[in-house]
Amino acid sequence: MHEVSIMESALESAEAHARKQGAARILRMGLRIGDASGVVPDALEFAFGAVTDGTMAEGATLEIERVPIAAWCAACNAEFAPPDILACCPTCGAFSADIRRGREMQLSFLEVE
Amino acid sequence: MSSRLIEVTEALLEKNDERAAANRELFRRHGVLALNIVSSPGSGKTEFIVRTLKDLHGELRFGVIVGDCETDNDARRLRVTSAPVTQITTGGYCHLEAGMIARAAEGLDVAALDILIIENVGNLVCPASYDLGEDVRIAMLSVTEGEDKPLKYPVIFRSANVVIVTKMDIAEAVGYDADTARANLAKAAPAALRFETSARSGAGMDVWYDWLRARVQTVR
Repeated sequence: MHEVSIMESALESAEAHARKQGAARILRMGLRIGDASGVVPDALEFAFGAVTDGTMAEGATLEIERVPIAAWCAACNAEFAPPDILACCPTCGAFSADIRRGREMQLSFLEVE
Repeated sequence: MSSRLIEVTEALLEKNDERAAANRELFRRHGVLALNIVSSPGSGKTEFIVRTLKDLHGELRFGVIVGDCETDNDARRLRVTSAPVTQITTGGYCHLEAGMIARAAEGLDVAALDILIIENVGNLVCPASYDLGEDVRIAMLSVTEGEDKPLKYPVIFRSANVVIVTKMDIAEAVGYDADTARANLAKAAPAALRFETSARSGAGMDVWYDWLRARVQTVR
């Protein structure tokens, strides 16, 4: 469970952005989390409540946009969406290690006042 | 006061990544090869490192940073040669972060080392997300864990440059199926180099040492 330390790091960045904008509070925080990031969105939600207490983001809403895994099949010259990174092309069955998306762990937006 | 939206695209572990880059810069400046060893608990990381330290003592200068949730048992086991060992007790943290390595490195004379071995906390999930500034990430798999471990934890195995299978001396006794394990590793970590070793019998260790000797030359 490393979601708490990831949220602490995210909050640190978010507060820095908010302060730079002269904001007093963070109302909403958006994250982009890939399905192959190794991070569990539910655990992030839980951690968010715990780490924001007494900060600029206390009471803020967390919005998590999940990014599905996208792999590339060189034989078919096409992208496909496997359930995990052990990806086999649904068309030709070839294994692909070329993961194009799904590893994201990003802060995407903030709503501040 | 009205609310406003700020668009940002920033890695959640930006701070860790910055610290990792600073560690990498430090290691480069001193020509030190940094290895980050990850695995599940009990897969034989410490035993493997101890054997390596003993066998290459006098030939390569090692330093070790070892992370555990509690106790300094591993650090004591690792003090078998004159190689400096620094224990990080994470107090429940399930992984090492780049900042912890930076602080631990201050207590080591990095300039006097050829190789810095970082033994991560035993865990196949969390350490995958944290760049420590290492040159090589090594994932270990012991023969007792089951050949499908790489398929259960593909993210960390995919992130490794090297995979070391350990405890090969008891492979037969525990019914380890080497072919299945190799096939699974080819899927989870297709680009990784693979070594099959036993720190107890010494089998396969020479191949690992040859690779290490060659790899350390590339950072000098």
